[in-house]
Amino acid sequence: MPKQIDQQIVDDLVSQGIDFVTSVPCKQLAGVLEVIDQTTAIKHVPSNKEDEGMGLCAGAYLGGMRPAIIMQNTALGVVVNTLATLIQFYRMPLPMLISYRGEVGEKVACQVEMALHTKALLAQLHIPTYHFHRPEDVAELPGILAHTQMSKKPTAILTDASFWGAAQ
Amino acid sequence: MIRYDVLKTLLPVLDDSLVVCNIGSPSQELASLADRPGNFYMLGTMGLCSSIGLGLALAQSKPVLAIDGDGSVLTNMATLATIGNNPVGNFVLLIIDNGSYGSTGDQPTYASGKTSLAAVASACGCETVIECTAEETAKVVKDALASDAMTIIVSKCESGNVAVPVIETDPVVIAHRFMAEVAR
Repeated sequence: MPKQIDQQIVDDLVSQGIDFVTSVPCKQLAGVLEVIDQTTAIKHVPSNKEDEGMGLCAGAYLGGMRPAIIMQNTALGVVVNTLATLIQFYRMPLPMLISYRGEVGEKVACQVEMALHTKALLAQLHIPTYHFHRPEDVAELPGILAHTQMSKKPTAILTDASFWGAAQ
Repeated sequence: MIRYDVLKTLLPVLDDSLVVCNIGSPSQELASLADRPGNFYMLGTMGLCSSIGLGLALAQSKPVLAIDGDGSVLTNMATLATIGNNPVGNFVLLIIDNGSYGSTGDQPTYASGKTSLAAVASACGCETVIECTAEETAKVVKDALASDAMTIIVSKCESGNVAVPVIETDPVVIAHRFMAEVAR
């Protein structure tokens, strides 16, 4: 059952013109994906792996749409080359709504291993990175989405367990 | 016929189609044969030609031809499941299957062994899959571009490349002129 925060995030995507979304699911993002599937203003094409998803987003952008990708932070291990040689090299805007697994509140020890590398990888790639830790942080989302289009860069929105746990 | 010969036969049937072309030799050979604003050349990112092509076809209504290779499709084989489950009539995926990694020295791919990409595409849910010879390819592509059925074509050709220059056009220019062509 989606929460109010899930609806608010999707409303922000729509109000900022996002009309194409690809995703590889994460438990924390299940509510957002459920709302997206009920949102006719967004075409949702699930992908099998996040680099494939970024290919879909690149094509949608070239075709005049405004894409976004929904993924887990572990996927940063998959997409480094795609971010560098496709999204950044051709200067494509791409907001990445990322479930930041492995932070405080995590129950699966293995998730901590990629959490350790998450911000370091994003910093190494010079990707503007925003971290939603408290529910009120979500108020930054419309501005981040606009900034992504203006700068024609990939941006990372990390959403951790504390954010999802406290959000209504 | 090698890939270069197949590409040459395609030129008269492209018309206003948007072309997404695979990394390395395929893009370099296509650019040297006939550069056009409606060509999107991949300069990196092996494997994503078919994904970019599908995203482009879903986003707008002009016909899209993704010119991919057997090695690149093997790299991102799950793309065929995404394509099969999201059929869109203006999309044609042409897999030029020369059984080798052409850009890296013609090492054999598994498509030259026991693996049939046409059978994989069918098993992934792609409903119109055509395997053809190199000589038949242009006619099959022409018909597929004109039809309303999403089509996957596996063109069996010989291994080999032609020595052509690398693409020096800036990627931002490639994307910019391509997007202008999409919007035209």
